[in-house]
Amino acid sequence: MGKYILKRVGYMVLTMFIIATATFFLMKLMPGSPYANQAKMTTEQINIMNHQYGLDKPAYQQYWIYLVGLLHGDFGTSFQFNNQPVSYLIASRIGPSMQIGVQAIILGTLLGILLGAIAAIRKNTWVDTVATFFAIIGRSIPNFVFAVLLQFFLAFKLRIFPIALWEGFSSSILPTIALAMAPLATTARFMRTEMVDVLNSDYIELARAKGNTPWQTVAKHALRNSLIPVVTIIGPMAVDLMVGSMVVENIFSIPGIGDQFVKSITTNDYPTIMGLTLLYSFMLVVVILIVDILYGLIDPRIRLSGSEGSN
Amino acid sequence: MEKILDVKNLKINFSTFAGQVQAIRDVSFHLNKGETLAIVGESGSGKSVTVRSIMALLANNAHIDGGEIDFKGQDILKMSPREIEKIRGNDISMIFQDPMTSLDPTMPIGKQVAEPLLIHGSMNHANAMARAEEVLKLVGIDNAKNRMKDYPHQFSGGQRQRIVIAIAIVNYPEILLADEPTTALDVTIQAQIIDLMKDLQHKIGTSIIFITHDLGVVAGIADRVAVMYAGKIIEYGTVDEIFYDPKHPYTWGLLNSMPTLDTSSKRLYAIPGTPPNLLDPPAGDAFAPRNPYTMEIDHEAMPPFFKVTDTHYAATWLLHPDAPQVDPPLAIKKRQAEYRELLASGQIGSHKAKEVDQNA
Repeated sequence: MGKYILKRVGYMVLTMFIIATATFFLMKLMPGSPYANQAKMTTEQINIMNHQYGLDKPAYQQYWIYLVGLLHGDFGTSFQFNNQPVSYLIASRIGPSMQIGVQAIILGTLLGILLGAIAAIRKNTWVDTVATFFAIIGRSIPNFVFAVLLQFFLAFKLRIFPIALWEGFSSSILPTIALAMAPLATTARFMRTEMVDVLNSDYIELARAKGNTPWQTVAKHALRNSLIPVVTIIGPMAVDLMVGSMVVENIFSIPGIGDQFVKSITTNDYPTIMGLTLLYSFMLVVVILIVDILYGLIDPRIRLSGSEGSN
Repeated sequence: MEKILDVKNLKINFSTFAGQVQAIRDVSFHLNKGETLAIVGESGSGKSVTVRSIMALLANNAHIDGGEIDFKGQDILKMSPREIEKIRGNDISMIFQDPMTSLDPTMPIGKQVAEPLLIHGSMNHANAMARAEEVLKLVGIDNAKNRMKDYPHQFSGGQRQRIVIAIAIVNYPEILLADEPTTALDVTIQAQIIDLMKDLQHKIGTSIIFITHDLGVVAGIADRVAVMYAGKIIEYGTVDEIFYDPKHPYTWGLLNSMPTLDTSSKRLYAIPGTPPNLLDPPAGDAFAPRNPYTMEIDHEAMPPFFKVTDTHYAATWLLHPDAPQVDPPLAIKKRQAEYRELLASGQIGSHKAKEVDQNA
């Protein structure tokens, strides 16, 4: 297991390197410059600025300088946000984004598993129909629509939750719910399909023949076996959340990182684009690693290579 | 001989889009304590449905339209789900057909074997695991102690069927329902599993209902045999009576289609035609359209059981006193001759005597 994780971390570093390289050169292909009021600047001023930020060097040299910086833990300095170091910029804003992201994925998957399981157990009854209806709603309505609806009804009309800003846990509830709808719906759909299959399998019949009650059978045998495909989709869902969070953060005026990502791209803030891309990629590869480890824990047939045992 | 299970006039229908499928049409049989009853018949004859009804493990679209299943003075068909759950895996347990899909792939086998003990509160966790290990050893899993934590995919098909059997016997049930337990296994493993079941029956004194379509397997394990066709039992008797002196033309056909050492013809015999559609079963003998010895009355009226001996009954009009004498197929006549010889020499008389005595 240790050996396996080590190998995977090696691949992760390689992945990150490839992403950094690709992003760097793609970014260089983007039109425009980091200077908002370039028209008013003299050529000399532009040259001075370019020289100061090292933008006058050829792209491959800039790339090399950036990589060397990265190895020293230096993500560079933002062009736009008050010349703050990118690392500081990220550190000060990652908290709220992470919090609503993690809360949303936990809430979404757990409720989704529950909803899907109940729908499968009560297959072809009104319970199933209601659950399927919610899954379709959750899947087809974009999260910013949910965000606005939640804000309007629960915060503006009923005044149960804060309407916006970032002031303690209560302000994270509405954005979390808005973000959780998509993973909830996806998980519920996958869970229902798989659970219907599992409940028809021979080992479930054997479990019943042992004297298990229907609920015992589900808890002890059906649930774990149905979770395998759900685990697979956690990775892609996490990506959805990262992207979705940018809009939702905007709606709720949360000082998160999504907002900054969008701004950094429109303003050609190269160091910030690079820093945030690397951060998102890093989170993604970590999520994928966790998913793969979870896989092995849930399903013993999927053996991690490098660990003991057959296969 | 004490009857441990008594099934009377069981009728089971399945609701389908096409209509009501009459899967079980008035089936009665009993199981004596400590014996093995084999139920044989081709696919779709209702064997599995019959034993599943004993465990109340029928599909959702099945409904029982009559009859009773008496187990220890109680009618299983009238029990609440709670009461049935107390019996399942405790007094009556079941061995399933396909060992490759019958075990939970994500649970260690030790835990799976111990589960019935824990469900029924027979013992605490430590003792249950100890018993599970003991039973795994009993069914012939080598190095059982170290393999308790292994998962099903780490075992071969034959080993998995042994584990499925271990699960069924761990609570020392009074009745074991075996639904084609050897069908999915290759022949050498089949023989081992049959020997194992006989051995276990001897050790824990359980009664077995053994479902199969393989007559070769029946000869090896059964005390009595019931032959099913189109949702009805058409002949039953001791294993010797069914094998050597069958009376129903369907049983003749079954035995004829079983290859023996002196099968000389190049082609195996097959009963012509197909079983009737149970959506609309025939009024008379369901086998009549495929029966080379069919008579007018076979199409008109269902034959009752005619007594052959105290233990042997067959539902065919051929046994009616007014029926013409027919010549059974040659192979069957050879069997009957062999049987008379064996009886005369006393080689199988003892078994028969025992059976007769039991019913007296």
